[in-house]
Amino acid sequence: MNVTFLLNGETVEITADPTRTLLDWLREERGLTGTKEGCNEGDCGACSVIVTDEGGAKALNACILFLPQLHGKAVRTVEGVSAPDGKLHPVQQAMVEHHGSQCGFCTPGFITTMAAGHLAGRKDHDDVLAGNLCRCTGYAPIIRAAKAAEATEVPPHMADTPPKVPAQPYAPTTLDELATWYATHPDATLIAGATDVGLWVTKDLRALPEVAFLNRCVELRAVTETEDAIHFGAAVTMSEVLDVIRPLSPSYAEMIRRYGSEQVRNAATVGGNIANGSPIGDNPPAMIALGATLHLRHGDETREMPIEDFFLDYGKQDRAPGELVTGVTVPKTMDNLRCYKISKRFDQDISAVCGCFNIAVENGIVTGVRIAFGGMAGTPKRATAVETTLAGQPWTVDTIAAGAEAFAQDYSPMTDMRASAAYRLETAQNLLHRYFADLSGKPTSVLEVSG
Amino acid sequence: MSVAKPLPHDAAALHVTGQARYVDDLPAPKGSLHLAFGLSEIACGKIKRLSLDAVKAAPGVVAVLTAEDLPFTNDVSPSAHDEPLLATGDIHYFGQPIFMVVADTHLNARKAARLGQITYAEETPILTLDEALAADSRFEDGPRIWSKGDVDAALAAAPRRLQGQVEMGGQEHFYLEGQAALALPQEGGDMVVHSSTQHPTEIQHKVADAIGVPMHSVRCEIRRMGGGFGGKESQGNALAVGCAIAARLTGKPCKMRYDRDDDMMITGKRHDFRISYDVGFDDQGRVLGIDFTQMTRCGWAMDLSLPVADRAMLHADNAYHLPAARITSHRLKTNTQSATAFRGFGGPQGVLGIERVMDHIAAELGEDPVAIRQRNYYAAMEGGELSAPRPAAPPDSISERKKMGRGVRYGAEFSPKPVEQITPYGMPVTDFILHEMTEDLLARSNYHARRAAIADWNAGQSILKKGIAFSPVKFGISFTLTHLNQAGALVHVYQDGSVHMNHGGTEMGQGLFQKVAQVAAHRFGIDVSQVKITATDTGKVPNTSATAASSGSDLNGMAVANACDIIRDRIAECLAELHQSRKEDVVFADGEVQVGQTSMSFAEAAQTAYINRVSLSATGFYKTPDLSWDRMKGEGRPFFYFAQGAAVTEVVIDTLTGENRILRTDILHDAGASLNPALDIGQVEGGYVQGAGWLTTEELVWDDKGRLRTHAPATYKIPACSDRPDIFNVALWDQPNPAQTIYRSKAVGEPPFMLGISAFLALSDAVAACGPNYPALQAPATAEEVLRAVGRARA
Repeated sequence: MNVTFLLNGETVEITADPTRTLLDWLREERGLTGTKEGCNEGDCGACSVIVTDEGGAKALNACILFLPQLHGKAVRTVEGVSAPDGKLHPVQQAMVEHHGSQCGFCTPGFITTMAAGHLAGRKDHDDVLAGNLCRCTGYAPIIRAAKAAEATEVPPHMADTPPKVPAQPYAPTTLDELATWYATHPDATLIAGATDVGLWVTKDLRALPEVAFLNRCVELRAVTETEDAIHFGAAVTMSEVLDVIRPLSPSYAEMIRRYGSEQVRNAATVGGNIANGSPIGDNPPAMIALGATLHLRHGDETREMPIEDFFLDYGKQDRAPGELVTGVTVPKTMDNLRCYKISKRFDQDISAVCGCFNIAVENGIVTGVRIAFGGMAGTPKRATAVETTLAGQPWTVDTIAAGAEAFAQDYSPMTDMRASAAYRLETAQNLLHRYFADLSGKPTSVLEVSG
Repeated sequence: MSVAKPLPHDAAALHVTGQARYVDDLPAPKGSLHLAFGLSEIACGKIKRLSLDAVKAAPGVVAVLTAEDLPFTNDVSPSAHDEPLLATGDIHYFGQPIFMVVADTHLNARKAARLGQITYAEETPILTLDEALAADSRFEDGPRIWSKGDVDAALAAAPRRLQGQVEMGGQEHFYLEGQAALALPQEGGDMVVHSSTQHPTEIQHKVADAIGVPMHSVRCEIRRMGGGFGGKESQGNALAVGCAIAARLTGKPCKMRYDRDDDMMITGKRHDFRISYDVGFDDQGRVLGIDFTQMTRCGWAMDLSLPVADRAMLHADNAYHLPAARITSHRLKTNTQSATAFRGFGGPQGVLGIERVMDHIAAELGEDPVAIRQRNYYAAMEGGELSAPRPAAPPDSISERKKMGRGVRYGAEFSPKPVEQITPYGMPVTDFILHEMTEDLLARSNYHARRAAIADWNAGQSILKKGIAFSPVKFGISFTLTHLNQAGALVHVYQDGSVHMNHGGTEMGQGLFQKVAQVAAHRFGIDVSQVKITATDTGKVPNTSATAASSGSDLNGMAVANACDIIRDRIAECLAELHQSRKEDVVFADGEVQVGQTSMSFAEAAQTAYINRVSLSATGFYKTPDLSWDRMKGEGRPFFYFAQGAAVTEVVIDTLTGENRILRTDILHDAGASLNPALDIGQVEGGYVQGAGWLTTEELVWDDKGRLRTHAPATYKIPACSDRPDIFNVALWDQPNPAQTIYRSKAVGEPPFMLGISAFLALSDAVAACGPNYPALQAPATAEEVLRAVGRARA
């Protein structure tokens, strides 16, 4: 595949194997060894690079970024963060002055992520850096450095303009093109952000004989709003979703803030998180609780369904070969929605349990109830028995207690490395109590407590 | 003056620009080959059939080796020769290397390594402590038991008595740079090995044995590691040996680096422990007698487990005087990764045991745990009236000054002598400063007022509860294997006055190289920028000890100072003669050399010495004095001194889910007269967060087949950025070490790790606010464990 992009300000035209990662190419072909491999699965951030496209500059994990995804974009590695004359970037200078590096191996990834945040004027450093692991410093000096660099100007060399490039067959620009091709290549792999498919390659060492990349498909990249609903194209990233959701639902936005990391959200897409059918994806339970509608397309045929109906069983979705998820429509009213993500670590961790509650109460009576969980079954799944127990009942502690009991009918969770079955069930039950307390304004989150 | 300055890490500018090179970044010669191991998929049994045809036929494969193909010894053990590089037929753990692929690329090697077809005669693995105990599967003949006084009598006579148990999980090092090695074959069968190792001499030794040459034929070099934490003390042997064997076989440079999952599946981790206690105490909570049983899973091979378990025993007292104590240690052999060195080396586990006891006694008596701790502390250092910390100026001479700034109460020959308190292993504690550090920290952190405020806050909350806790650390400094307490250095001064410095220590991020360079600069009175720090190299300094046991600066700083002084004395002698002055009157300071009325730059002095045919190169050497230790009896003086510190941590928990978070941490740590306060504070901050991670989110999970299920950052959760305390105040005590260490500094690598225990105790305190029962929190205190403990507190 012919791929053209800017690398540290210089145009690169290469013929790339479809699943060659940017990280391997930088290190093995270009000798740019500043970008490090720490985990090869997008979880440590040591390979972070800055990628600029029409949407701006963002940090991405180079270890699960395939070269064709970069077509028409600009890449800046740690080697390109300091000025061409060697002068340190303000975040580099601050990291030296504040003793932000010890062993130094994670440092290039921190520098690129910090520089991307600096470029965007970000001050939420914990969120910007949630996807960068450091084992030496305890992070305190890194945050001191990030704060110190806040007020400094962005050096002019950091402004990248992505190159104008011809369209490439592997990356269709219209949905018609894509749907037609996929209908005739049903065994192909569609790659959007590659935060999941990337690991098939780097960890399972799978060969993907046929692939198409979705990130240049205009319709799939679109967010459209009507008065009462929002439509997210399947290739809209979770970072973009977060921007849209933030004013609508602080709770949902808080969950997305903890979804993956900055680098992962910048790549991961709405559609990917649905189409892969993962039972532990965080967004589907929220969308189920909201009553979202899923859109699919097979050749010229389109169809839609309540999103919960898409998830048939573990590893099995209601999707025909050659059919693709094109987007999801979500109601804008989400006042009662609360999303609770429970994981071992707050940031960048896969949920043990993700519970999403959307309950309407009028005159003290439950008039509408949608509850969905991730991590409790082989699919993202509604708690229908709990919903039935609550519906029409007075909104009281007794009703909640009765509803909590019903979780055992809805779910038989499993024990794995994230949590035991007993913990999952008890927590699901307790989250209903949390929801009740939350709506009544009681403090329920350790994240909102200060020392 | 260079010492005591808060200079940045020597490679900081290289780190931030991506120019700092690690082993995998070294430009490998064209034609270099790459290695990967094929791993076992059972935990225990025998190989029935090994078919490697598909592996050999895979693209890019140059060679495939099994145990039978190894030319000399098949051993990568650092201790008991019980750790073959490649399995010899018996499988001891899930993930054990069975065969080795040599291929043209890293990816091709990894792909081919998965194609082995192996049939096994599977046996039931021994995975847990209880299974190992039941099977009497252990290292050494039986448990090691050390005791002091009549423990049974003390327990029987004690007015109060408690029993309890604390489990603590292991810990993955998660150095960001995985294990890596590169072997470059040389003429005549020699080998140069670049290895990401804390122990270059061991790499040299194991490689020499594996390729059948004397040690002089192998040179190991390491400029820096991307983190070590003990995980690169012995765990790099397999890669270096594998590469050297393959390089010898093929004549090509060979490189190996573990993919993260392989790294976590193959290499050892921190030892998990179960510590049970039976303690007798008085109504004030003073311990009268205590009986500890420590059990640890060592994994399948001995590795460093014996000294690790010893150090857990040696820290069973932590900061507390135990009039009668017995410590029984079971070193259990299991079919899991061979547990290895990890920052603290068993110390943290031993310390957590006694800290749990202090906490439990306080709960039983309904008293503030700090008061119980203070009552049980060792007696203060001789003349130990409370004194405020002060900035420590390094004395000009390392060796001349004794204890500074302290009066001696009982000086005269017939004056009463202070009661000497000894540890359970018979070592007098003469440098205990935690009384005054504790008072200072409690005041700085406003502990007592906050404790009261937290109780009030908790009374008004139904779902969330806060907790606060104090914990101290007293950590023994020195290798317990006494002969390891030695170090060498090699220093050259060039005729332009620039200095080339080398020593046996390795740089893994701790700032050792910079601290030692500051020492060298200080000895010559020059700026640290004139000292070139060079890669650790067994060809320059031989017979090095691992950079471990927090000893790096203590040992190598002294060795470098020794080498510098030799050269300095030679220059001084030369100049004194030329200027008709006395050698003693030649002064090296501020970049100048002063001799009589004449002053010259250091470069001119070096030039003059060169012209006058003075050797400007010297080796230096140091061995720690006053050590004697009998590990079988558990008696003697294993440590040169104790490094100390204390922390107060405040947390909040959610009683519905067990989710928890650190809100504030205040630390006061004893780094002696710090060689570099900035780097030392970095060690304290980082050590604390790593210690808190061990006891909270970092959970290793094996399934019932013995397969590690948490083998990547997706499933194994080290602290992330937002997990550090919201408020994080760290200060150094900064008083000179009474022991004669380099500029009276103290070792700082491991001790602060144990301050993370305060976070665990704070969680226990928050859980205790939920109900009447002692929560007996177990580690790691994941959200799930905290929720369980809430249930226990309420039940």
